[in-house]
Amino acid sequence: MMTPVKALLAASMTALLAAGCGNPPDRAGDTGDSTDSLGGEITVVGSTTVQPVAEVLAGAFEELHPGCVITVQGGGSSVGVTSAGQGAADIGSVSRDISPGEFAEFPGLVVHTIARDGIAVVADPGVPVDGLTIDQVRGIFSGSITNWSAVGGPDMPIVVVSREEGSGTRGAFEELMLGEGVQISSGAILQASNGAILTTVSGTPGAIGYLSFGYLDPSVKALSIDGVAPTPANAANGTYTAVRPLNLVTSGDPDGLARAWIDFIYSADGQAIVVEQGYLSVNG
Amino acid sequence: MTRKGAVESAMRTVLLCAGLASLLIVAMTGIFILREAMPAFREVGVWRLLSGSEWRPGQELYGLLPMIAGSGLVTLGAVCLGLPIALGCGIFLAETAPGWIRGVVKPSIELLAGIPSVVYGLFGLVVLVPAVRGFDYPGNAGFGLLSASIVLAVMILPTIASVSEVAIRSVPDEYRKGALALGSTRWEMIRTVVLPAARSGILSAVVLGLGRAVGETIAMIMVIGNSVMMPSAMGGPLPGIFLSRARTLTGNIAVEMSYATGLHSSALFATGVVLFVLIMLVNSAARALMARNAGGGRG
Repeated sequence: MMTPVKALLAASMTALLAAGCGNPPDRAGDTGDSTDSLGGEITVVGSTTVQPVAEVLAGAFEELHPGCVITVQGGGSSVGVTSAGQGAADIGSVSRDISPGEFAEFPGLVVHTIARDGIAVVADPGVPVDGLTIDQVRGIFSGSITNWSAVGGPDMPIVVVSREEGSGTRGAFEELMLGEGVQISSGAILQASNGAILTTVSGTPGAIGYLSFGYLDPSVKALSIDGVAPTPANAANGTYTAVRPLNLVTSGDPDGLARAWIDFIYSADGQAIVVEQGYLSVNG
Repeated sequence: MTRKGAVESAMRTVLLCAGLASLLIVAMTGIFILREAMPAFREVGVWRLLSGSEWRPGQELYGLLPMIAGSGLVTLGAVCLGLPIALGCGIFLAETAPGWIRGVVKPSIELLAGIPSVVYGLFGLVVLVPAVRGFDYPGNAGFGLLSASIVLAVMILPTIASVSEVAIRSVPDEYRKGALALGSTRWEMIRTVVLPAARSGILSAVVLGLGRAVGETIAMIMVIGNSVMMPSAMGGPLPGIFLSRARTLTGNIAVEMSYATGLHSSALFATGVVLFVLIMLVNSAARALMARNAGGGRG
């Protein structure tokens, strides 16, 4: 004889099983009243800078198309290129330009720039310097300028904070600000994420570092470069030039779900999400 | 065969498999790491990896010497700071502690061993780094070997204290009675009879602490600065080297692994091989010492 509890359990199990079989309708090949032919699953792997905005874009798309699953993973920009190139992921995400070496290794890569992101030089708010010239930035990060007094500040040692080798943000900073042949001093404190850079720069007197626009907050001071403040408006009108693309890469032209998702990102709704997340729209 | 006998032999097989599993896991881990590191050993060369002082993966420069020096110095610093306290703790617990104090101190040392290392790192970041920053020294920003050594000293304290306590306890009581009967004071007895008799056990406690120190990762990343540079005293007196930033072997892997591909990734596995060999050396040293201790105790 069944006790009431067991009966209830059995009933709910049956209900669950029934629901499990019926869902999702798209994948069951339901061609009846559904006009949405999209379904299936894709994986996006790569840059930790792109990851947060990609997750929001994936969530918004899944709401519009309930039969689709878009899984977003981190790992880093280089991992994004390799994963897409080798076919381990449907889409790779990369927070920098694709290098010639990477195109040589994976000639079929197709790049989709979904947003742009500025890189700001930030300092400890206790430093009474509001701006630097690009040459001063190069001098400081390469280790030839070591005291704030050399750039118009007080007699205070400069503590350089940087991302680790291989980081997309570091790669973009080196390319956009330091240029060829200038290396970040080996004495720089290295931190492995944008968040750790923020904490270290805000907590260390005399510290200087660099951050993605999306991570700027009042605990650090964003410095003007050659007189131009690092704001989304200045980046959008082209006066602030340390701007990098946020890319998705696919192996060959994307089709199916990947195509639909990328088209969604380029739509007005998708670009509105990009701007909401603190990045610059690619539609100008 | 009786039913009892069948269970008995089945259990023996199950236990044998469990024992072999751990062996298999160590062997497979070793082989896997070695296989992944092979491209780096082949293309960079073992000697260049071990002796190169430049680590710039962007320019295909893979030298592990700064990290070997960093790991070595931070371990040395931790032992110098931690050993006196840990050994004092072990002597206190084994020889002089009244029962009720022992009942409080012993569990708190065990608790110290159970705190996750990220918590020690956080403490170091919030308390030690700003405190060390107070030293007026060129280039000092608080992050560096001194902060890391202090954190690590606390982390190896429980290991050294409890293993050396056991070693001191295992010294036969006749030795103590004999020393006291000859007229020595309590401290003279500990210094001239008990500690020398427990010497190899204490040494193995230190070596076990070393193993723990070399392997520590996250707490080090948080306070050591992670700069790829040979630690230097920056023109000051030699002890100033501990105010220098550095990077440990473990930190090298943890900081860069997520972004590494190709030869860079392989070079990080090579870092793992170096660590594997170091830990193996340290552990076999500890085993050899303990074996000698066990033999000496009976003789």
